[in-house]
Amino acid sequence: MRAGFVMGSLLDLRGVDLSYGPVRALIGIDLRIDAGERVALVGGNGSGKSTLLRLLHGLLRPDEGSVARDASARQAMVFQRPFMLRTSVQNNVALGLWLDGMRWRQARMQALEALARVDMEMLATRNARALSGGQQQRVALARAWALRPALWLLDEPTASLDPHAKREVEALMADFARPSAQQTMTMVFASHNLGQVKRLASRVVYLERGRVLADLPVGEFFDAPRLQAASSAAHLFVKGELA
Amino acid sequence: MSTFTQSAVTALELIISRDPALWTIVGRSLAVSATACLLACGLGLVLGSWLGVARFRGRGACLTLLNTMLAVPSVVVGLVVYLLLSRSGLFGAWGWLFSFKAMVVAQALLVLPVVTALTRQVVEDAEHGHGEQLRSLGAGTLLRSGLLAWDERFALLTVLIAAFGRAVSEVGAVMIVGGNIDGFTRVMTTAIALETSKGDLPLALGLGLVLLAVMLLLNSLISLVRGWRQKVEGGSFAGPAGVPA
Repeated sequence: MRAGFVMGSLLDLRGVDLSYGPVRALIGIDLRIDAGERVALVGGNGSGKSTLLRLLHGLLRPDEGSVARDASARQAMVFQRPFMLRTSVQNNVALGLWLDGMRWRQARMQALEALARVDMEMLATRNARALSGGQQQRVALARAWALRPALWLLDEPTASLDPHAKREVEALMADFARPSAQQTMTMVFASHNLGQVKRLASRVVYLERGRVLADLPVGEFFDAPRLQAASSAAHLFVKGELA
Repeated sequence: MSTFTQSAVTALELIISRDPALWTIVGRSLAVSATACLLACGLGLVLGSWLGVARFRGRGACLTLLNTMLAVPSVVVGLVVYLLLSRSGLFGAWGWLFSFKAMVVAQALLVLPVVTALTRQVVEDAEHGHGEQLRSLGAGTLLRSGLLAWDERFALLTVLIAAFGRAVSEVGAVMIVGGNIDGFTRVMTTAIALETSKGDLPLALGLGLVLLAVMLLLNSLISLVRGWRQKVEGGSFAGPAGVPA
């Protein structure tokens, strides 16, 4: 934990810049994620949502600025298109636990529990690559859930799914984000779906061309006059999306 | 009846009658190439997988060198192995020149760049597609290379079969380091070259037909593996990750 890290926050970004060669993907990002928040990252294609999520998960390092994280909080990331190894569903879930240091046999046992959590235990022995997109995404959620993360990072997890699968995955996201007696759950997700943002998020961060242009509680973000006052670009985006 | 037809008929008779001279050569040839491929694959799969995932200074130069090795003629490999194994060579004391072992070494060296380069390509493509997700689960470079190679096992099986095809059909290296000694180091390709120069076309053609049959069998195996893989993974469904079936 670096100096200046605010207690209670899981992640704290200060003045973060990140470029892919000549393309500036993130510019001067200041963002704090507190425990228990459900933060939606919203913005058009190429706005920097996915890059920001990768940075939050430690897959990318900033060129400038700092990222401080609460080392005691476990985090897991779910991608838009989950990667399944050419093996059974159960082995795919167990893989995450095995990579986390658990013995393979025990990991396989716990994988079944995680699959039951997403109502997929019946398909445990099936080849994961033969599943539908929605089923694969549920397996990916089970793989992440098995790690018992305190912080969930989800990169447009429902973007490539049909409406039925979208509803199922969204229901699981809502379920996982619910705090339990043992743990306060925190969720950061990128989404194009403003309806989903309204249903799941407690706070909305609007990005455009790598910059945070609005960072508001969900109620204020969907309140047109307030949003316009905060950021006319974000207001135009929401207006366009809802039109 | 033309010379070709006459030779072909005699060649088929030799194959069907299980001519000992022909089948001994075929057996030795397959044994040399299979052993060479086992050795080359053991090292090439590991090295290629690691190169597909690892990022280090000088990697570009390594890959350029590796790709150049793909085009090295088999006679040059034979010459290098000959120099190493000859009496005055670095490994001359082993006394391997003109032996089964020398041919295995030559073919293994010939095939090693093929296995390494093709494995590297397969694993690197997989790394571009999914490496990030494995990293997000905590997999380091070595684990990732192993997991991705295992995941691409069907594609790598094709690499192994192609490598065997390259080994069994080469003539230059085994001719130089094996010496084409009758009953000792004579293999299919060197025998074909010798029998043709002697004018014994039926035996040369018979061996040629067996060699063709071996290649046909290998290609059929590749097709079978592809078909089985598609069946296991649910037909042409590529999955949401867009991975080719």
